Amino acid sequence: MIYPDSKIVLEVRGLCATVNGTEILKGLDLTVRRGEVHAIMGPNGSGKSTFSKILAGHSAYEVTGGSVMFEGQNLFDLAPEERARAGVFLAFQYPIEIPGVINSQFLRLTYNTVQTHRGKEELDPLEFDDYVREKMKLLEMSPDFLERSVNEGFSGGEKKRNEILQMAMLDPRLAILDETDSGLDIDALRIVANGVNQLANKDNAIVLVTHYQRLLNYIVPDYVHVMEAGRIIKTGGKELALELESRGYDWVGVEHKAVARAVA
Amino acid sequence: MSATLQNLVNQPYKHGFVTSIESDVAPKGLNADTIRMISTKKKEPEWLLEFRLKSYEAWLKMEEPIWPNVHYPKIDFQAISYYSAPKQKPKLKSMDEVDPELLRTFEKLGVPLHERMALAGVAVDVIFDSVSVATTYKDKLAEVGIIFCSMSEAVLDHPELVQKYLGTVIPPSDNFYAALNSAVFTDGSFCYIPKGVKCPMDLSTYFRINTEESGQFERTLIVAEEGASVSYLEGCTAPAFSSNQLHAAVVELVALDNADIKYSTVQNWYAGDEKGVGGIYNFVTKRGLAKGVNSRISWTQVETGSAITWKYPSCVLLGDNSVGEFYSVAVTNHYQQADTGTKMIHVGKNTRSTIVSKGISAGHSNNSYRGLVKVAPGATGARNYSQCDSMLVGQNSGAHTFPYIQVANNSSQIEHEASTSKIGEDQLFYFAQRGIDAEAAVSMIINGFCKDVFQQLPMEFAVEATALLSFKLEGSVG
Ligand SMILES: Nc1ncnc2c1ncn2[C@@H]1O[C@H](COP(=O)(O)OP(=O)(O)O)[C@@H](O)[C@H]1O
Ligand SMILES: [Mg+2]
Repeated sequence: MIYPDSKIVLEVRGLCATVNGTEILKGLDLTVRRGEVHAIMGPNGSGKSTFSKILAGHSAYEVTGGSVMFEGQNLFDLAPEERARAGVFLAFQYPIEIPGVINSQFLRLTYNTVQTHRGKEELDPLEFDDYVREKMKLLEMSPDFLERSVNEGFSGGEKKRNEILQMAMLDPRLAILDETDSGLDIDALRIVANGVNQLANKDNAIVLVTHYQRLLNYIVPDYVHVMEAGRIIKTGGKELALELESRGYDWVGVEHKAVARAVA
Repeated sequence: MSATLQNLVNQPYKHGFVTSIESDVAPKGLNADTIRMISTKKKEPEWLLEFRLKSYEAWLKMEEPIWPNVHYPKIDFQAISYYSAPKQKPKLKSMDEVDPELLRTFEKLGVPLHERMALAGVAVDVIFDSVSVATTYKDKLAEVGIIFCSMSEAVLDHPELVQKYLGTVIPPSDNFYAALNSAVFTDGSFCYIPKGVKCPMDLSTYFRINTEESGQFERTLIVAEEGASVSYLEGCTAPAFSSNQLHAAVVELVALDNADIKYSTVQNWYAGDEKGVGGIYNFVTKRGLAKGVNSRISWTQVETGSAITWKYPSCVLLGDNSVGEFYSVAVTNHYQQADTGTKMIHVGKNTRSTIVSKGISAGHSNNSYRGLVKVAPGATGARNYSQCDSMLVGQNSGAHTFPYIQVANNSSQIEHEASTSKIGEDQLFYFAQRGIDAEAAVSMIINGFCKDVFQQLPMEFAVEATALLSFKLEGSVG
């Protein structure tokens, strides 16, 4: 929801980045305020996941220009784990499997680590068990998932729920959900979207990365951005998503180029 | 490899100090006279001197094994001293007579020798260079008929038992290093559990090499009579020298009908520095004979130290329904080399064996699993399950598995599973994205990977092993 005079959570200015010498982000601008839900849409390969991972601090990507401020501080001054503790959360498009590490132990370690850094109490294994089971109900997850290795052998939809479970536990200031809807059937989509909606509040912000409009029927965005070739080329309200759904992405690019030519 | 992973695996060795203590060190070199000298010093009976000299004759005709997947310059066996003992009163009446410098050494290593300070419920035999310097809880164990003492004492006080079993599981001619050990062994632990006795506490030996030019050749013999059971722990450390020291031990286990021996090792010999200079050559022969029906021999090892490890704790499953187990974690870093595994020899009917091996290779190290499962013609209904998993940390390390299966009875069931995984940047990034730094992440991944083996360790050892692995593979980041 848009609140007047709400504080800026994320301010991206002219962000450029390369991977293995190839330029992927080419001057990206984005401003996100507390309470808002933003959707970033765009064709495959336009750089949406790259942008998400750069915000989280993945070392494979080199930032070559521009700036990112998070809650008033330079995001690039923080190591990836510090960003997470400060409240940057990324729900991965492809959550990695960690064989041998039991999910409940992993979840408790991440919860306690983040709590400690926020000056809050840790939970012992019994307390944590109660806590996490409660959160799992929100996502209609079976407690069986606690005893399995992290993401190992999870279906695509189960992995995504495990991600949103962690979002629920870690209470981020900025949550970036990268294609959380892909691989979900309609029931799972409804459950996950419902979970995200319950987590959204006036103090946090959510960035939904998706290339389908489908998810946006359940989580209604305040802004929709269209990304192409490493840049945001158009921004609108929630109705832009519907237009993209019926007309595809091509017209946005054409329009953008026409505007660019007119300005030049 | 990223800077983070690099830093995580480069931790210094904690036990690398030298104790300054006056020692009685034999001149370097090996010949029949050296062996007579050792035997005389230890006031040994004639039969043992003969055992040694025969072993020496056999050794002279043998060649160093070259089949392990390890590389090192040729060892000059004449440049080693075969006897080194701290000078102290010959017979100690109590711990108070142990040289205070030695007491301090073992305290520093976390093995306090005073019984009032010792770990409750664990009896310890402590070997310093070539000799046993102390054994705790001896009297308490004697009350239930258990003999737990140094091999030297056993030779003098229980010669008939030692003579009956010594060399019966691993004959002197078994291999090059077993022959050498049989010729020159100086001390070790002896443990005898009489019929029907369940050992009331864990028994343990702590080995410490202190002298730069000496080799350590200890000999351990454990006998569990009918229906007896014992859990035995072994730990080892050495100072950091730039030269290599040879450690060629022999451990023999004998389990009679319905007996149960569980042998656990946490091996942390000095591994050499980050360039591969120095460290222990750990060339060890360990074998258990499950002689009686329903007997069980179980080996658990956590191998973290040594420049080179060459070691295959094995089980000969002679008794019908006997069980052999091997649980192993081997970690190598820098330029360490390990070639380790087991042999399960099924002879009796319905014998069962389990092998769980976890190899972790970091730095430029090389880690090989080598295992043999052999089923003799008469071993009807034999079963084996083997699982060999390797984990690579970084780009420059190697992992290999050499499983050998020889089956001469077609009623047997053999199962083998293997996997190789990697601690990758993307896994660490996932942890980091959830607020967990690389150090804690590596520790959690490694502990998860080794869980099946750590579960087999007695409580205190499991804690120590976990800490040791974390210590070896983690550290201050950046
Ligand atoms: N690690 C990488 N190495 C090489 N190319 C990459 C890497 N990550 C992304 N790319 C390339 O960057 C472009 C953008 O990819 P991505 O950010 O995944 O797009 P999206 O999420 O919008 O589909 C693609 O052309 C992709 O091939
Ligand atoms: Mg993507």
